Amino acid sequence: MKTPFLVVIATAACTTATTHQASVSPAAQARADSGRPSYTAADVHFVAGMIGHHAQAVQMAGWAPSHGASPAVRVLCERIVVAQNDEIAFAQRWLREHNELVPPADPRGHVMPGMDHPMLMPGMLTPEQMAQLDAARGREFDRLFLTFMIQHHRGAITMVAQLLAVPGAAQDGPIFRFAADVNADQTTEIDRMTRMLDALTGSPQ
Amino acid sequence: MKSESLFAIVALSVAACASSKLNLSTTAPSPDPRVGLRAGWMNAAEAAWNIRLVSTTPPSPDFINRSTPGDFQFTNSDLSFTGPYVIQGNYAGVQVWDIANPKRPRLHKAFVCPGSQSDVSVYREMLFVSGEALNGRTDCGTQGVTDTVSHDRLRGIRIFDITDIANPRHITDVQTCRGSHTHTVVTSPTDTANVYIYVSGSAPVRSPNELAGCSSAPPDSNPSSALFRIEVIQVPLARPEQARIVSSPRIFQDLVAPARHGEAPEDIAAAAQAAAEARANGGFTATRNGVEIVLGPRFVTFRLDSIVKARGGTGAPTAADSAVLRTNAQAIVDQIVKPPTRGNGPPPGPTQCHDITVYPAIGLAGGACGGYGLLLDIRDVANPKRIGAVADSNFSFWHSATFNNDGTKILFTDEWGGGLQPRCRVTDKPEWGADAIFTRSGNTMTFKSYYKLPAPQTPNENCVAHNGTLIPIPGRDIMVQAWYQGGISVFDWTDPTHPREIAFFDRGPMDSTKLVGAGSWSAYWYNGYIVSSEISRGLDIFELQPSAFISQNEIDAAKLIHFDYLNAQDQQQLVWPASFVVARAYLDQLARSNGLAPGKVSAARSALARAEKLSGRERRDALAQLTTQLNSDSPGAPQLVVDGQEPGRAADQEKVRTLAEVVAELANAAR
Repeated sequence: MKTPFLVVIATAACTTATTHQASVSPAAQARADSGRPSYTAADVHFVAGMIGHHAQAVQMAGWAPSHGASPAVRVLCERIVVAQNDEIAFAQRWLREHNELVPPADPRGHVMPGMDHPMLMPGMLTPEQMAQLDAARGREFDRLFLTFMIQHHRGAITMVAQLLAVPGAAQDGPIFRFAADVNADQTTEIDRMTRMLDALTGSPQ
Repeated sequence: MKSESLFAIVALSVAACASSKLNLSTTAPSPDPRVGLRAGWMNAAEAAWNIRLVSTTPPSPDFINRSTPGDFQFTNSDLSFTGPYVIQGNYAGVQVWDIANPKRPRLHKAFVCPGSQSDVSVYREMLFVSGEALNGRTDCGTQGVTDTVSHDRLRGIRIFDITDIANPRHITDVQTCRGSHTHTVVTSPTDTANVYIYVSGSAPVRSPNELAGCSSAPPDSNPSSALFRIEVIQVPLARPEQARIVSSPRIFQDLVAPARHGEAPEDIAAAAQAAAEARANGGFTATRNGVEIVLGPRFVTFRLDSIVKARGGTGAPTAADSAVLRTNAQAIVDQIVKPPTRGNGPPPGPTQCHDITVYPAIGLAGGACGGYGLLLDIRDVANPKRIGAVADSNFSFWHSATFNNDGTKILFTDEWGGGLQPRCRVTDKPEWGADAIFTRSGNTMTFKSYYKLPAPQTPNENCVAHNGTLIPIPGRDIMVQAWYQGGISVFDWTDPTHPREIAFFDRGPMDSTKLVGAGSWSAYWYNGYIVSSEISRGLDIFELQPSAFISQNEIDAAKLIHFDYLNAQDQQQLVWPASFVVARAYLDQLARSNGLAPGKVSAARSALARAEKLSGRERRDALAQLTTQLNSDSPGAPQLVVDGQEPGRAADQEKVRTLAEVVAELANAAR
């Protein structure tokens, strides 16, 4: 199994030696020559802000089992917890690798150095709304959760739109991909939650 | 007897030749060798079962950053094939490999042209490449586009002339409002002057200042909204430079919640129990979304009062009033449930598709669009129409579709997390980020089961269902599929309720300490081999190994299918030439399923082997005799019915008849 692989490596190495002087490709060289970072302050703000934003979604969804959510809402919440925790991990990893400050996953919002209070990112619930949701049980929890999470997800889509409106932003591959994934996944989930909410409010009781 | 013993000798010698490799165990290796593989970039540990790695070719120098393992900007993406060439998309451009010798793929052309995700397709002398990201330039430059509005930006489809594939010549670009995440080349049986491209894209809509007319407003406030539609590009074959968007079908229009499988089991059980209790106590129930629900006291009181008033009465409702309500309850509920009432929010439904797989031979396409799997009628290629839809509460983001060869089944994938996330951990549910298998009858799709890579992966491996194709084994539905760092999995979904893995290949993670993106983006069968695009490690080529699940005859029959070119999302109908190996493949299947008694199987094998040595009239007579024998066997098949295999009976009888047809064709071909 290994033999053909080694042969190929050797062939590739020969090709490199004859066509390029160094192991750095022209494309890589061009990027290095351009001398500018592949990301902007807006990218950092987006990624860092998404950490607190997602952390709040994780907290909201985490209440489902203890607040008497219906099984369908519980399944949705379970998925939101997994998905958004993974994305928090991605965001923290990206910031760490770029030697940027890594804010904590604080459900109250985006924690920035030198500021007294965490900043609410678009769509995030106010402390009053969080208290209202935390106080709800059963069917009322379902209704409020869906209403608030739709608001929360729309905020994430706003964050993506704001990012793309900044010159030079989202040029970095992982950031564009992350933003596009957030946009696609949360649009889909808003649709799902809208239908769940319709079923809840339109059902004959 | 004589011929049977001859066969026995042949079989023995084959077995002897292959004894060092042939694995006839019907159980998967345990413990699973994919668990605990050593991490590494080009030196990660590997595990394989019933499949052999023929070659791994690292990316060419312009498509790798040797100082940064898994550098995102050099992500290898999808594959397309033409002749001996495999075209590999990459976020930095396109690489063309000559795989005439699969042991030594040779770089034919490396073409730097950044812009993710470089989904690629070919048609005759044309190459189509998707551009979605903000850094893609019309001049293929590597400097990106920093302005928010720029006419240098390419988001859409690039079209190249590859008459000389070593020197792709740019023909034109077709810009679209959301760019192109993926695209699908569609040929029309009735319109041979054009080829069509369905463009899918889920990224945000660009500014109208960059591309006139682009709008992300909801369609009810702006009828030309780029949301809730797909784009259809027409490429005139004689004048490809005139390629343009010819329609933007709103295939999501009025998509009301389709019947959805996958209510949580607790929901279904609780609803059924509550309904039974309510009925036993004289309560009222009705069916909503396929689930029987109890009608609440407010609903019942209000409706009964209305009935009393309607007959001009007063006071408490009578038994007759209750009977009226019982008769009409379902109609009332239906009235309430649809259409759904809505507020001021955007209309529901997906705003775009992620990918569309067309199957022109049967006039259908499977669209994976937001939270839905759609069935499209594409007989009018420029104007696809939605004819069916499914949703699934376990599915997050519908990613792609694959039909089985006769179009009676459709498999949708859920790319939960977009491919960057590790969704095959022990803690991730088997029905999440998986495949969902549906049977299709007319416009109706019926859920049967989920299939997910059965081996748990580490949190450092991005893993979720991704791209694959059928492996053209006649008489069975076998598929090979990429699962990013979960490796590739070959599975049998002939029985749609019990899909089963039959071969796999996997590597350890890129890094044992953190998630570094890698793994198989696409794994496609092409002319006898499985070719896989490894995001960070290059190009892998595999060969299936005969096993208890797939015989050498079946592999040889699959190798009879020859494609001149292949775009995985443009599914071609597989038609096997009448050949002895196809007949033997069917016999192997009948032997495996006990669909034909062992004595009859070996008699048929012997008759085939004898006939193959004959020629002319003698061969024809021998085969005609076997045809007669098989036709008389078919009503009685199977001779052995194992408990629980009753549903296979009809399939086995059908297979014996198909085998008889192949033998009859062979007889007709003998001169």
